[in-house]
Amino acid sequence: MHGRPRKAPKPEDLAAFSAKAEKLRILQSQFLLNHHQKIYTKEAVELSAKLLEINPECYTAWNYRKLAVQHSLFESNLDPDAVNSILNDELRVVENALKQNFKSYGAWHHRKWVLNKGHSSIENELRLLDKLQNVDSRNFHAWNYRRFVAALLNRSDEDELNHTQDLIDKNISNYSAWHNRSVLVSNLMKKKVQAFSQKDEVLIREYELVRDAVFTDEDDQSGWFYHLWLLDQTVKAESPLLTSSWPAHGSDITLSGDRYLDLGSSPFNTYHFDSGSLPLILYFNQAVEGVNVSTVTVSSGFNVNKDVIWKPILSNNSKTAHVWVGQLKFPKVELDSLGAYTLEVTLGHSQGIISSGGFHYSHPSHFSFTVHVQPARKEPVDGFGSEKISWRDENFHIYEPDSLESHLVLPLDHLSIKNEHELSDSSWQEKIIDEEISNFRELLDCKIGKLTLARLLTARDALVPSDKSVHSEEVLRLYSELMKLDPPHSQFYKDEHSLILFEKVISGRESLLSYCFRYRNLTSSSSSNPICLRLNGLSLSRLGSFEKLLWVQMLDLSHNELRSIEGLEAMQLLSHLNLSKNKLGSFTSLESLRHLKSLKVLDISYNEIGAHSVDTTRYLCSSPLCHSIGSEWDGSELVTDGVSLVSYWEAFFILKGLKLTQLDITGNAIADEKFTAFLAEVLPALKWLDGVQLN
Amino acid sequence: MGELVVDKHVKYILSVEKRKDSFESVVLEHLRMNGAYWGLTTLDLLGKLDALDSNEVIQWIMKCQHESGGFAGNIGHDPHLLYTLSAVQVLALFDKLNVLDADKVANYISGLQNEDGSFSGDEWGEVDSRFSYLAICCLSILHRLDKMNVEKAVNYIASCKNVDGGFGCTPGGESHAGQIFCCVGALAITGSLHHVDKDLLGWWLCERQVKSGGLNGRPEKLPDVCYSWWVLSSLIMIDRVHWINKDKLVKFILNCQDTENGGISDRPEDAVDVFHTYFGVAGLSLLEYPGLKAIDPAHALPVDVVNRIFFQK
Repeated sequence: MHGRPRKAPKPEDLAAFSAKAEKLRILQSQFLLNHHQKIYTKEAVELSAKLLEINPECYTAWNYRKLAVQHSLFESNLDPDAVNSILNDELRVVENALKQNFKSYGAWHHRKWVLNKGHSSIENELRLLDKLQNVDSRNFHAWNYRRFVAALLNRSDEDELNHTQDLIDKNISNYSAWHNRSVLVSNLMKKKVQAFSQKDEVLIREYELVRDAVFTDEDDQSGWFYHLWLLDQTVKAESPLLTSSWPAHGSDITLSGDRYLDLGSSPFNTYHFDSGSLPLILYFNQAVEGVNVSTVTVSSGFNVNKDVIWKPILSNNSKTAHVWVGQLKFPKVELDSLGAYTLEVTLGHSQGIISSGGFHYSHPSHFSFTVHVQPARKEPVDGFGSEKISWRDENFHIYEPDSLESHLVLPLDHLSIKNEHELSDSSWQEKIIDEEISNFRELLDCKIGKLTLARLLTARDALVPSDKSVHSEEVLRLYSELMKLDPPHSQFYKDEHSLILFEKVISGRESLLSYCFRYRNLTSSSSSNPICLRLNGLSLSRLGSFEKLLWVQMLDLSHNELRSIEGLEAMQLLSHLNLSKNKLGSFTSLESLRHLKSLKVLDISYNEIGAHSVDTTRYLCSSPLCHSIGSEWDGSELVTDGVSLVSYWEAFFILKGLKLTQLDITGNAIADEKFTAFLAEVLPALKWLDGVQLN
Repeated sequence: MGELVVDKHVKYILSVEKRKDSFESVVLEHLRMNGAYWGLTTLDLLGKLDALDSNEVIQWIMKCQHESGGFAGNIGHDPHLLYTLSAVQVLALFDKLNVLDADKVANYISGLQNEDGSFSGDEWGEVDSRFSYLAICCLSILHRLDKMNVEKAVNYIASCKNVDGGFGCTPGGESHAGQIFCCVGALAITGSLHHVDKDLLGWWLCERQVKSGGLNGRPEKLPDVCYSWWVLSSLIMIDRVHWINKDKLVKFILNCQDTENGGISDRPEDAVDVFHTYFGVAGLSLLEYPGLKAIDPAHALPVDVVNRIFFQK
């Protein structure tokens, strides 16, 4: 029982309780009898009122009263006085019930139901609410009821905002009032009501107000979330934008039909033409829908890409995606000739690309790149791709672009697309954020001060896109301090820290190159092996900034603290991935892999798969559980000896679409003999399992 | 810190049924169906579901079903979504869904969907995003989700989202951990968690942990064992549960046990009840407390029961 002390009742109380219980029991059974026999006499209706006064939660009694009201309204011939008296009786019963239990859903709904019958004394309701909200200013039933009454009375949002302001003035840490303010201010801004039509002016006013709350009592959470919302309103771009693409703007891509390349081709920009088509990857700053041949134009010297089919990289049942992929086809090239094509991609010239928030892509973007098609000259050799890959340190050496190559690495520096829109005026945003930054530098002795400053600095860096984030060192330091200051939430700060660190590491040519390695293929002299981005051992707990990594084909993330790889699905070119020695707790946490159709080599050894009874990605992974793998799945796909799908459904759904040739899974709780036998069945293309060659 | 007194809790749950004369049990008589779900799910999590006669329970449940297909909170009361889900959940615990006319129940539920996608709790028209969860979870268990307009239902829930990342009863309603569980659970079951801002909501939810280790349901409120379920299950569904300190929460829940007579209360030293006993044990299960069965964070049934429904055909 909420808030009632645990103690054995005294004997004299026991007798009283028992008498009370007996009385209530008689009331309830008499009431149910009346209800079933549809008796609506004065006495019967009175009895239900008595019952509700003692026990307002008895929902059937509220239903009965509604039936009784309908009955007597019918009898009253809609004489206005009679109607009013009937409805007034109901309001009185509700008031008595609320005195007993202010949080009774049934009582509040009954009141709404009565008012919807067209009760004339609705102004009384605001007075009643003022009385109730004085007693408990956080009661969410009362707040919901207030919104209902305000709508019935057609009260303006401005009037309601004034009322909310009164409550904030009375008690600045009334979270409910701040919440209501956020609803009203959002509405007023959306409707561009006078005094709310200039976004920057509204935001400046609101910042000032919420700063009072945060600075009055920094431990009071009322202002925390409101401030974060204002920051989001300040920086959020409404229309979706193309953030990056692969191939990147201005890049030279070599499409090679085999593994032997001319010297001078940058390994950053080489893509093997095995599938006969080149993926064109678009990364948007928001999830969008509507990417198709009419919204994205790809023009080239040849005619074969009129019907590019665009596919979203979707999670669950979403219809919108950050990443869209189209497959480009190229004309057949004669042996020993080299085809070079310039492709131009334009989008945003017509409406149709729409964000999940309903905004149109409204700023035309344009980019172009050159593709050199190199035909296969030799029979495919048993080279990279068919022999076992070893991720050991000694097989990698740091990539040093020679002078010949260096200019070809350039596209890394402008992976991001310059949108015309970005040139538009963001000075008001910078001004507001700079002002907030200087304010919050005064509040650095508490956690919300540090956290807010870290967020403001991160937002400030994002406003002016450049290779280097000016404030990242300071932000990293703030999150480190927060981890020590607020240990129960240290993993939250750690994840934020990790996102900033990750972005810092991969941003900027110099930093990025220091993590780029060549895989030394001991048995082959091929120079065409792709660059391996080695971000191992950085104690990363979370990944981000995927828009900058679309080019990566080989990635080493081993020896980190990853629990999830959400977002990795953007790296559509990935063929080799090392996730060994992380904290991955289940197969469902590898949902992203399902979208990586090029993936051949995967190392997930020494994680925690199968070690936990709770799966934190159970519902973030497409499966019959969340109805995102359709009814077409009937379970008969998995008929192997002695393997029940109930135990291995996660692995089955993640792996069955992949064409892995090498998998390392040892060092996970799940990886026993039975499971590895199951893997061999699900992955027929597998050649190497835990270092052992399969037949 | 003591341990979970499993046997005492089992004894307590079994005894609640027998104490029909207490004032509490009379006051709560109308929601006995919820009580059955809380008590029996707790027993199952503790590995003791066989401590009572399932036939008796099932017979009683079926006496609570109305002609409309919906279930009441007890014999003689009116049907409501709140009790329809509990009834279906208890039948699922016993692997006895086959006693139901699933289409009849599904028709009752889908008949309560409104034009805007929301659900009424019963014929009297109270609308609340809780009811969306009840309808979605129940139809999911019955393999009848196609009977409702899922897209509209999801859009309605999304319209209850607030700027703090949480969800309210209706559009504009304040975020509340119980409401967040319902909305996140409904979105999870319909494969629609992309509507959740996981980082924002995760921060709001992890800040529900107060100094004692317990969780509250809204900012500036007292901790309560029931939020061990509402907050934890939501954090798990969005993969942010590592943002709170689990050890401190385990301690808080264990401190709310009545180690003498069994049962768990809202806060240490308060009176115990079945509701908080269920949320305490379910919370400990979500915290991977040893010896407990795992519970599914969205369907609110033991994982083996849910897997049986979805993967054993």
